[in-house]
Amino acid sequence: MIKTYLELFRVFFKIGAFTFGGGYAMIPLIEEEIVSVKGWVEKEDMIDMLAVSQSIPGAIAINTSTLVGYKVAGKLGAIFATLGVILPSFLIISFIAMFFSKISDSNIVETIFAGISGAVIVLIFLAAVKMLKVAVKDVLSVILVVITVLVVLFTDVSPIYLIMFGGVTGVILYGVMK
Amino acid sequence: MIYIHLFIEFFRIGLFSFGGGYAMIPLISNVITTNQWMSASDFTNIISIAEMTPGPIAVNTATYVGFKVGGTFGSICATTGVAMPSLLLILFISKFFFTYKEHPIMKNVFKGIRPVIAGLILSSAIIIGKSVLFEHESLSFSGFHYMTFFITLGLFTLSFLKKLHPILLILIGGVLGLVTGFIF
Repeated sequence: MIKTYLELFRVFFKIGAFTFGGGYAMIPLIEEEIVSVKGWVEKEDMIDMLAVSQSIPGAIAINTSTLVGYKVAGKLGAIFATLGVILPSFLIISFIAMFFSKISDSNIVETIFAGISGAVIVLIFLAAVKMLKVAVKDVLSVILVVITVLVVLFTDVSPIYLIMFGGVTGVILYGVMK
Repeated sequence: MIYIHLFIEFFRIGLFSFGGGYAMIPLISNVITTNQWMSASDFTNIISIAEMTPGPIAVNTATYVGFKVGGTFGSICATTGVAMPSLLLILFISKFFFTYKEHPIMKNVFKGIRPVIAGLILSSAIIIGKSVLFEHESLSFSGFHYMTFFITLGLFTLSFLKKLHPILLILIGGVLGLVTGFIF
């Protein structure tokens, strides 16, 4: 069991160290490490866990790590996964806060970051494609995807309402169709 | 006591922000100004540092603010504070979630939610793409970042030809950025 805890810590430390650009950017990494490499979580379970992570308050990255940790190894698993995902940021930011007051002025950092953001776009897009493959099964699911994208791009409606809308629509329409 | 104060303020931020780290930024900005912990320009600087370094934006910002206000122990208090509500809430709902997930009604709930989540991720790819490729996020040719665009296009092609580990793709992106930065 201790081995599992340490493994959770190690995997989430790696995820935390390479997540650029917030919670969504973490999804491709989690998908690769947790679903493909480790096989700790099924594809469908992963997307449901992402749904829960986004429906409760807090950082998506922390919520997802805690949930995956819990699923793999219970309460202590949740704590180890969360510590793992937080620690790289904590160390890097503490280091920066101690020694620098600005990093964004440097040209080199900016060009490296331009390249990394290109990679982040590709990764999030690929994660979206993977999720679409799992989520889209019929006409209703296609409609829900289109509605979500349009609402997010053109209004200020919070994602939580879209998630609630999806859940209610699912219960009513899939319940009726049976 | 500044440490308890930091913990409580960041605990509240963690507890009341829906929609992830970016949704926290206005809350954190508010806390910083009311407590006069930092100037507005310092805060803008923190956000750019938080975005440029790996890890959750929430943790990055909490750690930085905590350190500036109360040193290393301050950063521990702020970071623990911002992560604690998530940890407690998840521990509380996990049992419920994994127990009732297979219930027929819950199955339909998740069948409806999955396309929304996929749509949210797709939208975030579009939004991040727009903010990275266009200066000030306005769709015009004058503020278009050609280099980033070509790097993105190249990485897209690469990832279609060969399945690459996300970390490798990020490293390649960084190297390409550095190289084009030197050439142009």
